[in-house]
Amino acid sequence: MAVVFERPKSLIDIPTHYCPGCTHGIVHRILCEVIDEMGIEGDTIGVCPVGCSVMAYDYFNCDMIEAAHGRAPAVATGVKRTNPDKFVFTYQGDGDLAAIGTAETVHVAARGENIVVIFINNTIYGMTGGQMAPTTLPGQVTQTTPFGRDPELAGYPVRVSEMVSTLSGCALAQRVAVDSVPHIREAKKAIRKAFENQKAGKGLSLVEVLSTCPTNWGLTPIEAIKRLQDEMIPYYPLGVYKDVDEGVFPKHSDSEGGEK
Amino acid sequence: MERNLMKGNEALAEAAIRAGCKCFFGYPITPQTELAAYMAKRMHKAGGVFLQAESEIAAVNMVLGAASTGVRAMTSSSSPGVSLKSEGVSYIAGSDLPAVIINVQRGGPGLGGIQPSQADYWQATKALGHGDFQLIVYAPASVQEMVDFVVKAFDRADKYRMPAMILADGLLGQMMEPVSFPEINADAYDKSSWAADGHKFKREHHIINSLYLKPDELENSIVERYKRYDIIKETETDAELYLTEDCDILLCAFGATARVVKSAVNDARALGIKAGLFRPKTLWPFPVKEINEAAKTAKTLLSVEMSMGQMVDDIRLAINCSRPVEFYGRTGGVIPTPAEVLEQIKRIGGTL
Repeated sequence: MAVVFERPKSLIDIPTHYCPGCTHGIVHRILCEVIDEMGIEGDTIGVCPVGCSVMAYDYFNCDMIEAAHGRAPAVATGVKRTNPDKFVFTYQGDGDLAAIGTAETVHVAARGENIVVIFINNTIYGMTGGQMAPTTLPGQVTQTTPFGRDPELAGYPVRVSEMVSTLSGCALAQRVAVDSVPHIREAKKAIRKAFENQKAGKGLSLVEVLSTCPTNWGLTPIEAIKRLQDEMIPYYPLGVYKDVDEGVFPKHSDSEGGEK
Repeated sequence: MERNLMKGNEALAEAAIRAGCKCFFGYPITPQTELAAYMAKRMHKAGGVFLQAESEIAAVNMVLGAASTGVRAMTSSSSPGVSLKSEGVSYIAGSDLPAVIINVQRGGPGLGGIQPSQADYWQATKALGHGDFQLIVYAPASVQEMVDFVVKAFDRADKYRMPAMILADGLLGQMMEPVSFPEINADAYDKSSWAADGHKFKREHHIINSLYLKPDELENSIVERYKRYDIIKETETDAELYLTEDCDILLCAFGATARVVKSAVNDARALGIKAGLFRPKTLWPFPVKEINEAAKTAKTLLSVEMSMGQMVDDIRLAINCSRPVEFYGRTGGVIPTPAEVLEQIKRIGGTL
């Protein structure tokens, strides 16, 4: 009988520690499908910093480095600058990338480091048990916003794809979601494009993936998908915010001549 | 052998490049800026990478990334910047990675000042970051030793898979002296069994990691690391003993301060006072055997430092508190003079 669907070879066949209904598994899978399809597992080095995915080194079959909270883009810079012929990616959560690692995120894009950043936005700190993230929506209840995030008190969410798209070294900034089959297909295409960009030496490619956290949201997996669709996508519109190939540039670029 | 007149900070940089350092990640801070500037000029010609990072934190994590792939990597800073690097240094130690970190010390705490200091002794030898770990710490006292210890630091970092530090100070960084460069084998250690540089489908994947969620596994990893530390304590100590054979007073000083103290010891000898100098070249491991050898005839020890006396406890422990250990120091960027130190020797000499 012909095999029509199988596990990606670069995704190790062991149980993961992720909660039921968590969408990390989907993102791991499509990332590994891209690595397999491009045949680059042997030339790929992944960097996973602190967060739910810190132990992804047990799941990805390429060489892996665990990094401190927020520092993956710096670690990846050290890897890529000394191994320019290798593929390097980071896999970061929202607390990691948009709070403690904001400086690393901004500067890896400003320098146009030729790497791929996979950014999981689920509007919450998962690993530490559900605290407010920089991406937590106004009104969202978390352990540290028990009465709902009040922007007067706790500020506003950070829209990462929009922010990074304004930086000249950014080749691709795209927001995708993994709530439906068409969106998952779109997400995989974006990740593939990000790696192709790296192959072509185009600069920093960031793929922001709207993701779920049923456990810390206090929802069933199905309710969590619905929340992603009804509340997150309206606040974080899907789409391409920058693509140097396609001539897509941020709407509010200050056009000081720095864009590629 | 070829000799060049070089500034301390530049000699550190040139020695690193000759030792096969393939990348330097740094951030501007006085008084070590010449090191980064030299690297910026020279590194690309040497086929390596120079990158000015967005912060000290990013710089040390870039070192971690490069070192993970088996490349010799270095960062440098001065005291406040080294505090920022402490998180990354802990991760480097916990991940068993070789790396070289240079601290050209200035006065602290806080923003402190920009003049020479030795007040990061505790930070370097006891607690440069969280968790159970050590760095090998070298304390040069001349521009030539800046060169020699950088070469040694890269070698030992590779050999023991751990971070090594050069603990210099603003005085050494800024002074010029003639130096020569030794022959160096940058590829003495095979890193193919652990480096995360792409498995090419020829081996299992490599993981660079400091996370162990099971306490017994974390404990085992630390105990294994401490077995290496035991070997280092046994084999890697180094010190200079000067006029110690018959000394009544043993002065203890490291780095630039030891040069001042040596003058004072000579002046004391001219006055008939039997003074000697013990100068640790490694601050961790502390040269316990060497100081006991140096202190054999001493009735009193006197530690002279550019701090409030951070080395005194290590000296007391090393000699089991068998003799009094006195202290004289200047701090905040003030350099003690030979005359001040001689006064202290005369004061103690009069009581022996």
